[in-house]
Amino acid sequence: MEYVIEMLNIRKEFPGIVANDNVTLQVKKGEIHALLGENGAGKSTLMNVLFGLYQPEQGEIRVNGKPVKITSPNIANDLGIGMVHQHFMLVDPFTVTENIILGKEPSKAGKIDLKEASEEVRKLSEQYQLRVDPYAKIADISIGMQQRVEILKTLYRGAEILIFDEPTAVLTPQEIKELIYIMKALIKEGKSIILITHKLKEIMEVCDRVTVIRKGQGIGTVNVNETNPNELASLMVGREVLFKTEKTAATPSDVVLEVQELEVKDSRGVSAVRNLDLTVRAGEIVGIAGVDGNGQSELIEALAGLRKTTAGSIMLNGKEIRNLKPRKITEAGVGHIPEDRHKHGLVLDYSIGENIVLQTYYQRPFSKAGILNSKKIFEKARSLIKSYDVRTPSEYTPARALSGGNQQKAIIGREVDRNPDLLIAAQPTRGLDVGAIEFIHKRLIEQRDAGKAVLLISFELEEIMNVSDRIAVIYEGEIVAIVDPKETTEQELGLLMAGSKRTEAGGKQNV
Amino acid sequence: MSKYLSKLTSPLIAVILGLVVGAIIMLVSGYDPVAGYGSMVNGIIGDSYYVGESVRTIIPYILAGLAVAFAFRTGLFNIGVEGQLIVGWLAAVWVGIAFDLPRIIHLPLAILAGAAAGALWAFIPGYLKAKFRVHEVIVSIMLNYTALYVTNYLIRNVMTDKLDKTERIADTASLRSPFFESITDFSRMHWGIVVAIICVIIMWFLLERTKTGFELKAVGFNQHASEYAGMSVNKNIILSMVISGAFAGLAGAMEGLGTFGYAAVKGGFTGMGFDGIAVALLGANTAIGVVLAALLFGGLKAGALNMPLETGIPSEIVDIVIALIIFFVASSYFIRWIAARFKKGVK
Repeated sequence: MEYVIEMLNIRKEFPGIVANDNVTLQVKKGEIHALLGENGAGKSTLMNVLFGLYQPEQGEIRVNGKPVKITSPNIANDLGIGMVHQHFMLVDPFTVTENIILGKEPSKAGKIDLKEASEEVRKLSEQYQLRVDPYAKIADISIGMQQRVEILKTLYRGAEILIFDEPTAVLTPQEIKELIYIMKALIKEGKSIILITHKLKEIMEVCDRVTVIRKGQGIGTVNVNETNPNELASLMVGREVLFKTEKTAATPSDVVLEVQELEVKDSRGVSAVRNLDLTVRAGEIVGIAGVDGNGQSELIEALAGLRKTTAGSIMLNGKEIRNLKPRKITEAGVGHIPEDRHKHGLVLDYSIGENIVLQTYYQRPFSKAGILNSKKIFEKARSLIKSYDVRTPSEYTPARALSGGNQQKAIIGREVDRNPDLLIAAQPTRGLDVGAIEFIHKRLIEQRDAGKAVLLISFELEEIMNVSDRIAVIYEGEIVAIVDPKETTEQELGLLMAGSKRTEAGGKQNV
Repeated sequence: MSKYLSKLTSPLIAVILGLVVGAIIMLVSGYDPVAGYGSMVNGIIGDSYYVGESVRTIIPYILAGLAVAFAFRTGLFNIGVEGQLIVGWLAAVWVGIAFDLPRIIHLPLAILAGAAAGALWAFIPGYLKAKFRVHEVIVSIMLNYTALYVTNYLIRNVMTDKLDKTERIADTASLRSPFFESITDFSRMHWGIVVAIICVIIMWFLLERTKTGFELKAVGFNQHASEYAGMSVNKNIILSMVISGAFAGLAGAMEGLGTFGYAAVKGGFTGMGFDGIAVALLGANTAIGVVLAALLFGGLKAGALNMPLETGIPSEIVDIVIALIIFFVASSYFIRWIAARFKKGVK
């Protein structure tokens, strides 16, 4: 069997670190080949080498058996290598077609021939069953559709080998299913796919072979039908990984958070949360299960003071905190791991140390009489970096330079360290690998065992089932059911989340 | 150390490039570039008088540069420095004329009046941005014109009776320095340089060492995260504009209390506020960078005055040469980018 892509003994160094050391990746024609590794293991570096963004210090790249030097993405394109980026590179106000032809516009006498281009896009879309409307504006289409536009972009440029960089991180379960279907269709048409991921389930489902990288080292390549998730996980992390988080039974005590008849409007003025009741007690983890877009974001923002509420009450330890300023809420004892760590969680241009004191910089010992004490700030940062295993060159490194998992660990360290009575964790493990997920789940349970109230919001049913002591199902802005994770199934939850059992479960079950 | 050196190389190359192209233009126009540049250097540091005048020129550039840089660092573009400078100038002169006080009170009061007027003028776009999300560039540009015509009106109709300039400020409010004058052969160098240096230190300290600066920069980088962390985004936007405006107002006060000693009706903008944008960008929006960029700017402007006098090169050519140097310094980012691409490609 011939290989379409061979990357042999690749070594890539950055000042101070070896990002790839002796990594070998061989992709057969017509296969889906997974590249598996923890966050920061060097997957992206390896792919950037293949895509011409980085030059390797050592090693050889061969395409269809011929040694090549890929010095820029253009050369990669010419060789038939296309990349579907995790963060889409699309111009929002442009149409699908305009985005696809960007940089390769077909023109007649200097005038772009949009009609012909649209036709070609439509044909490609049909051929690979992508179902994309060439005339739709990017701003108006869903994330899943935008991703398909990215796929079309590579196909339009004649890609034979498609690199998917963590494609499912931004998708809903339904969209993931569609993507898997699309990937299989691509293979049928003779393309080859490299799938960068740390989700073992996906690998087991769609991939033929998998190459594992750990801390920059190539660990090896295995056939998917000869392995299992446990083996893959230990290959990736380098030790045994516990999938089921171990925990004792909860011992809930006093009510910490009591939400009653809460109403929150979204940015368009429509009620996103209505008549919502919720209670979280000290020493328990309440998980909120629901399909994305059922009011979760608005609920969290209301609890954190980032969004004004229109009716109801939010009591923390018996005191009303509804519509208080974020700082008052923080000081009242709420910790919050935000949904979007880049938008809300971090100032990416600030150092990791500065981010660690983002809410406490004005308090002693970090500042006194308005003057910052950077010695104390970075001392704190060092200790949190150590205890939360944040892998960073130093506490002065900009947060931007860290991998997602390490950014998230820093945020969790920051929030937990403030010792809040209520910890809100919104999508705390989104985009993270199994090692980091295990770490974060352990910390949440630790907080519970220390007598804190934890509110977990997640779209991952597995996570909700695993970590929560009680599950509240949210549907169209209301809590439609409260169930015990030990007595429910994913199927039942799924139905509740879809709103189908709404009437039987009862709108207001206050436990 | 080498880090700082490498930061300096590309601006230095740019300056040299600008001088070379300027020389070619002088040659083409039939003038001797060596003599031309000789007279320019002479005009900057030729004798103590010129040194004094150069320092005097640099003072408002430092302050205007700080004003723009401060706003930039906190995510705002204060293009209204010119207007804030003009109102600061008038306010300082007004206090300098209107009051009869001992020097130790009168001078600081006049300086503070300039800062306060500039701050107030910048408060308007800051407030509008915070409250109604009106872009600060639009409001502050418009306020430049408002400042120009309002001050002209005040000078002509309120402070004087249809005169083109106010009377001189009281000696107790003057920044003039017999000491500096005596060591620089009676140039107009004044105590404003001390004020400017103090402001440089204030800017650095405020941004790098205080919790206020921490908030201001955070809001500039990421408003959402700042709000999440409990900072008031609106308060910080207004505060940033106010501080920026205070620096701008001080730049005007230095002109009013130091260089001129009065305020005159202006036919157009002083240009110092706009040059402040270039100074800030050249200085990479850092306090020390602003000082270096102001040295270059002020030096060129001061030295240029001497070129027509000594060599007969018309002042238009001088302006072209200055513009070229600025152009190349400004494109040093571009030069660096090309160099980086080139290096990558070769490897």
